[in-house]
Amino acid sequence: MYDFAYTKPASLADAVRALGGADAKALAGGQTLIPVLKQRLNRPSLVVDLGGLGLAGIAVSTEAVTIGAATTHAAVAASARVQQAFPALACLAAGIGDRQVRNRGTLGGSLANNDPAADYPAVALATDATIRTSRRTIAADGFFQGMFTTALEPDEIITAVSFLIPQRAAYMKFRNPASRHAMVGVFVARGPQGVRVAVTGAGQDGVFRHTAFEQALEKSWSPAALDGVATPTAGLNGDIHASAAYRAHLIGVMAKRAVALAG
Amino acid sequence: MTKFGIAQSVRRVEDPRLLKGHGTYTDDITLPGMLYGVVLRSPHAAANILAIDTSAAAATPGVLAVLTGADLDIGPLPCIVSLTNRDGSKQYTPPYPALAGDAVHHVGAPVAFVVAETVQAARDAAEAIIVDYDILPSVTDLATALDPDVPQVWDAAPGNICFDWQTGQQEQTDALFAQAAHVTRLTVVNNRIVVASMEARAALAEYDAATQRWTLRTNTQGGWLLKDLLGKAVFGTGPESFRIITPDVGGGFGMKLFLYPEQVLTCFAARRLGRPVKWTSDRSEAFLADTHGRDNITLGELALDADGKFLALRSRNVANMGSALSNFAPFIPTMAGSGVLASVYGFQAIYANVIGVFTNTVPVDAYRGAGRPEANYLVERLIDRAARELNIDRAELRRRNMVGPEAMPHTTPTGKVYDSGEFRLVFDAALKTAGWAGFEGRRAEAAARGRRRGIGLAYYLEATGGGPTERAEIRFAEDGFVDVYVGTQSTGQGHETAYVQLTVDRLGVPGERVRIRQGDTDTIPEGGGTGGARSLYSEGQAILATAATVIENGRRAASEALEAAPVDIVFEAGRFAIAGTDRGIGILELAATQRARAAAGEAAATLDAAEVAEIKSHTFPNGCHIAEVEVDPETGQVALLRYSVTDDVGKAVNPMIVRGQVHGGVAQGFGQAVLERTVFDPVSGQLLSGSFMDYALPRADDLPDIEVELIEVPCATNPLGVKGAGEAGAVGSPPALINAILDALAPLGVAHIDMPATPERVWTAVRAAA
Ligand SMILES: Cc1cc2nc3c(=O)[nH]c(=O)nc-3n(C[C@H](O)[C@H](O)[C@H](O)COP(=O)(O)OP(=O)(O)OC[C@H]3O[C@@H](n4cnc5c(N)ncnc54)[C@H](O)[C@@H]3O)c2cc1C
Repeated sequence: MYDFAYTKPASLADAVRALGGADAKALAGGQTLIPVLKQRLNRPSLVVDLGGLGLAGIAVSTEAVTIGAATTHAAVAASARVQQAFPALACLAAGIGDRQVRNRGTLGGSLANNDPAADYPAVALATDATIRTSRRTIAADGFFQGMFTTALEPDEIITAVSFLIPQRAAYMKFRNPASRHAMVGVFVARGPQGVRVAVTGAGQDGVFRHTAFEQALEKSWSPAALDGVATPTAGLNGDIHASAAYRAHLIGVMAKRAVALAG
Repeated sequence: MTKFGIAQSVRRVEDPRLLKGHGTYTDDITLPGMLYGVVLRSPHAAANILAIDTSAAAATPGVLAVLTGADLDIGPLPCIVSLTNRDGSKQYTPPYPALAGDAVHHVGAPVAFVVAETVQAARDAAEAIIVDYDILPSVTDLATALDPDVPQVWDAAPGNICFDWQTGQQEQTDALFAQAAHVTRLTVVNNRIVVASMEARAALAEYDAATQRWTLRTNTQGGWLLKDLLGKAVFGTGPESFRIITPDVGGGFGMKLFLYPEQVLTCFAARRLGRPVKWTSDRSEAFLADTHGRDNITLGELALDADGKFLALRSRNVANMGSALSNFAPFIPTMAGSGVLASVYGFQAIYANVIGVFTNTVPVDAYRGAGRPEANYLVERLIDRAARELNIDRAELRRRNMVGPEAMPHTTPTGKVYDSGEFRLVFDAALKTAGWAGFEGRRAEAAARGRRRGIGLAYYLEATGGGPTERAEIRFAEDGFVDVYVGTQSTGQGHETAYVQLTVDRLGVPGERVRIRQGDTDTIPEGGGTGGARSLYSEGQAILATAATVIENGRRAASEALEAAPVDIVFEAGRFAIAGTDRGIGILELAATQRARAAAGEAAATLDAAEVAEIKSHTFPNGCHIAEVEVDPETGQVALLRYSVTDDVGKAVNPMIVRGQVHGGVAQGFGQAVLERTVFDPVSGQLLSGSFMDYALPRADDLPDIEVELIEVPCATNPLGVKGAGEAGAVGSPPALINAILDALAPLGVAHIDMPATPERVWTAVRAAA
């Protein structure tokens, strides 16, 4: 780690102000940021700890589940109200990383980071979630702008995320054998916004919607509806664990299994 | 039976210390005035160094030294094996300096060593060093390293060949192949392994200018080798100028046997600066700078007669050495590996040719099993292939060719003499334990769920090895404890428990009063260290011999104390007594009396003793591994559902520890067979699987309960009847697992897959066969 200054503001306004300085960096659960600092891959002059802003919490209405940005993955997974209203979301949170990571890592950190293999971006995109920040609300469709890139300004803080509750939904992921992050993760949802299929882990630009699958599933909500619907390899990642062709294949397998699971 | 008796599953006495955080590992030690070293490593796989500018680094606050290759007036790290090639010439041993001279030959090669008051300052300074590299093309992949147009790692090793070695009976083997009714041929890959011990390597050196001696605290598998190599080949000051202390060690698996550049560098810097210097590897460095394991590509051929009897075996093994030769590297695929090619089967002749190859990668050396897993993998894959080709049941083909107990001692074509072995008996028990006969029902049940289930077996045999002698010393300490000084080195195996059991068995003292002392070359003058599954049978013999001398010493002392002739003194259950009477004295009491008298200047001999046992023979643990897997044909994912091992490791001094060793070995074998893939970028030579994000180690949830059944066929060449058990699990598991995967995929037409059987590989094989 390189040296940096540290502050833990008590109000959102103070936090935004602190983040306005040069090379300031927000810290939530630290599950991404701290390893990066330890490896000397990032050199912020100031680390702004968001832990004092009271951004954790879960609210459930008949239409939506709203989760504060600082809510840990473990809290989402363990929430009886989330499990009841939107079981696929609780299940997704329960499948992130390991116990330690889930106890520290947060929803806001995950979305802000937009790791191409992260899980939360898939549910956010598949439910057209609304991302509330310190200055506006952003629809998920416009939020994710490529690998590790989002619509957030440097001094903009996610405060909460609202997920519209779908009638049917499920998430299936095929884990990278080493990191156990999603090598391919597919979230399927059928709800007020129609059918939406979001794919994580596979795209060179991060999470994306699979419109061919969406159209097929609009016609018939069943695994068989995806038979013969191709996933083009263009734009998919190829690495030492999986070629683009293998990822394209896995997207089909995971999508079918997700639809079957969603019922 | 006492609480610490032999053959009991005594709870490990070291566990409370190690599991509750009371262990002391090298990095836990801080000495007054200690400095910290950081290694600047080559970012290139092959490059000439045109210039190194250390001025900014040297000016960094807190920095005391910035060393480069030009500063080192010492010898290179030695390779202690020198093979003779087929044509009579010698292997090529390239220079292996602790810091690069005018060239680097692998990513991670040490280029400079920065010593500072803090690790942070040393890191900052290392980043400030400017190295002018002339980057050269590199070769990292063993599969292409022998090709005609690839980059050459060393000018003095044309074709990247380090050695071209052979063993066995070439003419006879060729003749048997010529007359064979059937020949099975197969090329297999033993994938390159990153060892990844839980505790990373570390070294803490101090130098005493008055005595001109170093004390080096470092995590080893036995400090005596290091003392010798540092004192002779590297510093030339003589082995006696080094004291090596090995604190607790968190895993070694062979990788911590060797002398490494960082140990040399801390010693060098400690002498130069007159202050202790510590270096601790981080995980990223461990990937780049610890020796790797395996990395062989082997063509095997099996000749059979019309009855399915094995006639001969022929192999050509291409083995990656890396860019330089680590201490034992050439020995592993040659003497160690080829030595067990006969396994448990009767062959008339064997011929093996091994070609050692240089690549621009970190040196490769011993890893759990060291050569023997590779050889067993080849043999057991070949037999499954032959069974399929000949339509003979794979179990039956093995049984038909096993050497029977009546043939013991049995000499193999590669010159090994097996003292004992009940291979068919163990084999039949294994099939029963695994439920082999009922498998087809389980296959059908899985198929109904869309899964491909397969069962695979491997019968392994390994030759345990290591130094030709081992020493033990037993001292009755003033505080009433019995100290047993050993020349082996535990890295977590449970030695402290097993040796206590032996001591209790021989001396009848309470186990709580026995302390095992290890890891200090000043208090223990010689030791063979731990490697090749040698510890219990080597050190055990030494402990037995020493205990016998203690008892003789005691008999003499007791005869004096009890006023009886020595021949009338019997020793039983920890007491010396006059035969036929109830007059006697306990060994601890007698030892204390004798020590006190000797200390008071009386002419009394203590009971203390030291003996060096000559280790005359290998042991040959063997057994059968049976794995049951399910493959998801849509994704290529392999799940291990059932695993059993029926093992003959001779007498089990502590069955629980044996089982634990086998469990760990099976886990590592699963890693090799299914998960662990070391990948270099073919152009840049960078290690692409350079962290746990990309290098998959086995996790607890990858493994089912592993059943271990022990069938004790006592070893005939040591008085304990024990055979080595530490490596065995990693020897039998890779072939059992791959044979199981291939059994699962056979209905889909897949006949071959290489390790590791990653999801993508399995999926690709299934698609290619369709
Ligand atoms: C071993 C391990 C395994 C993991 N496995 C998975 C997995 O399987 N699936 C998965 O999805 N993730 C996984 N993760 C990542 C984990 O989910 C992280 O928690 C998450 O990516 C970041 O959340 P955090 O709260 O830790 O954020 P931090 O690390 O604190 O911050 C991450 C980034 O987000 C920014 N940030 C944080 N909060 C906000 C906010 N409210 N507003 C604006 N910017 C913000 C920070 O400035 C930083 O740039 C894993 C991590 C580890 C260490």
